[in-house]
Amino acid sequence: MAESDTDKNAPLLDVRDLHVSVGETDILKGIDLTVSVGEVHAIMGPNGSGKSTLASVLAGRPEFTVTHGKVLYGGQNLLAMLPEERAREGIFLAFQYPVELAGVRTWQFLRASVDAVRRHRGLKELSIREFDKLLDEKREVVKIDPEMLKRSVNEGFSGGEKKRNEVLQMAMLDPTLAVLDETDSGLDIDALKIVAEGVDRFRSPSKAIILVTHYQRILNYISPDRVHVLMDGRIVRSGDRELALELEKKGYDWIRESVAA
Amino acid sequence: MTQAPAKNQSYRSDFRTAEQATDSPAWLRDVRAEAMARFEELGFPTARKGNEKWKYTNVAPIARSEFGFDPKRDLNGLNADSLTVAVPWHETWHRLVFVDGVFAKDLSSRPEAANGVRVSSLAEALVSDNGAVQEHLAKHALFEDDGFAALNTAFVRDGAYVRVTSNVTLETPIHLVFVSTGRAEPTVSYPRVLLVAEAGSRATVIESYVALGDGEYFNDAVSETVLGEGAEIEHYRLQAEGESAFHVGTARVVQAEGSNYSSSAFFKGSSLGRYDLSVLLDGPGSTCRLNGLYMTSGSQHQDNNINIEHAKPHTTSRLYYKGILDGKSRAVFGGTVLVRKEAQKTDALQSDKNLVLSPDAEVDSKPALFIYADDVKCGHGATAGNIDLDTVFYMRSRGLDVDAASRLLIYGFARESIDTVREQHLKSYLESLFLESLPKYRFEF
Repeated sequence: MAESDTDKNAPLLDVRDLHVSVGETDILKGIDLTVSVGEVHAIMGPNGSGKSTLASVLAGRPEFTVTHGKVLYGGQNLLAMLPEERAREGIFLAFQYPVELAGVRTWQFLRASVDAVRRHRGLKELSIREFDKLLDEKREVVKIDPEMLKRSVNEGFSGGEKKRNEVLQMAMLDPTLAVLDETDSGLDIDALKIVAEGVDRFRSPSKAIILVTHYQRILNYISPDRVHVLMDGRIVRSGDRELALELEKKGYDWIRESVAA
Repeated sequence: MTQAPAKNQSYRSDFRTAEQATDSPAWLRDVRAEAMARFEELGFPTARKGNEKWKYTNVAPIARSEFGFDPKRDLNGLNADSLTVAVPWHETWHRLVFVDGVFAKDLSSRPEAANGVRVSSLAEALVSDNGAVQEHLAKHALFEDDGFAALNTAFVRDGAYVRVTSNVTLETPIHLVFVSTGRAEPTVSYPRVLLVAEAGSRATVIESYVALGDGEYFNDAVSETVLGEGAEIEHYRLQAEGESAFHVGTARVVQAEGSNYSSSAFFKGSSLGRYDLSVLLDGPGSTCRLNGLYMTSGSQHQDNNINIEHAKPHTTSRLYYKGILDGKSRAVFGGTVLVRKEAQKTDALQSDKNLVLSPDAEVDSKPALFIYADDVKCGHGATAGNIDLDTVFYMRSRGLDVDAASRLLIYGFARESIDTVREQHLKSYLESLFLESLPKYRFEF
């Protein structure tokens, strides 16, 4: 991240009036969002509200078109950056549906990614020993068996294993801004705890997290600083932790009605 | 029917020469004579209308070439040292070595027959194990409708012979090595394999076709594999012929009840290659698992015609072939899974996937299913194309650029096939043969 030339108090991520479409369909219709280091933001909303789109656009998914607005990341124009540049600059997206890579070993993929990111950050490449040591440390947090690292990326992994593998990748790549797209979905309570603990470990005054989620239950483990409710492509309400709890009690219809009113 | 080209004359005179030069049991002479007569009627196949098996492969380059034949060729300077670098190698493996089609006894290394396994040249077996040879040779690879099988059979007098007796497990792989040395004049060879795994036996067999030079030659190979009840064969086939080589391989596998045949085939090299494999699941509960990886470049042509017949109930087949095509090369994948009426509870999967990495490369992939039973689980698919957008985005979101992601995906695609190899030394050999020379390509998005 560029640092010296930007205001120290400037937010890490500054989204201004962001409009996004896919094909002819408008999905995001004017998003404003400011996230600073040390913060955890939860983005909640019903299915189809645009929350996964927001997460994907931050990581640079190519099929979305930004039709209006801008996104600054550490003061830089994020939208001008390629997906791999964003990753190297410290943005990580944990996928809602992690992709299977046939024949590519999990270990090999992690190593290639870590090398690419470290090279860009001016850090020396890790030796195999150093890499394995780091990997051992990180995989224990998310309880990933070393045997799993020899298998093809996400291939034959259970839903829980895939999500844990996402959190492992996050921990290995050491991003500044982690965007987790429904990392809690489809997990049983034990798997949820493991994943949440992995994310919580990652929390630090120098990093920020955006948690995209349908349900508030993961927020029991990772307490957010801010909660935003996304509906029909707009943030219709923002608040603190209480908003998520209220939402759980009253449902999205309550917001829909109160917004309409 | 097909027309026998004028060049068939030379095969006739080769046939006469060979018949005069060697002695064989009468029954085998009869088989050869019949096969020669059949070849002269059939000739080489043409892509005439309705000939689905040869629709996309033109064998005219073979038909119009003149190949020298000599049943008593020397080793052309090949020795044990040059062999170890030319083929997959491990000192503990049993091996039968054939140089330009001729058995090389001194380069071979065989287990004691006392261990419950016979590994010998077919010529030797015709003396020591004639009964078993006569029972199976040319009984499975039928030449009635197959010019290449007929031609091979017309010249069968030697080859590789393996018989594993009942309930014997052979831990050490048997390597059948067919080396072409690249002589000054184009040559033809007729590699022949007979593999009999009796009831309850287990063995690993590696069949390699490799070349030392770039010379033009033609390998017309036939193999027959018979699995008795509950037998298990792990089969590997490497077709790494020379750049100017023609290779037509015909393989027939017959499986009895509860037997298990798993085969991984790898293809590289040869200007024109064809592998025609048919597996007959002829006993209830028998299973075959067929993997293949073909990598073509330049103006190469590789045609794989893989047929599986489910003749009995509760039979299972898995067919996973994959291709990586570059340059102006062409690949063909054809063949059928046939489920007979009585083969209830058949479980069959057939898949052919291709990465076509050049605008001038082309694949014709036409897997087909014919199902006459009503209680079955069958699936098939073929793909020829690019990697999907999601996959590359996933990799880029981890910091890899498109070049690095493409490289890793092509690697993974090939790797998946090589991962089916359980024999570690062979696996390492295949890794360097395939993974270190993958085409450079950048998927566009």
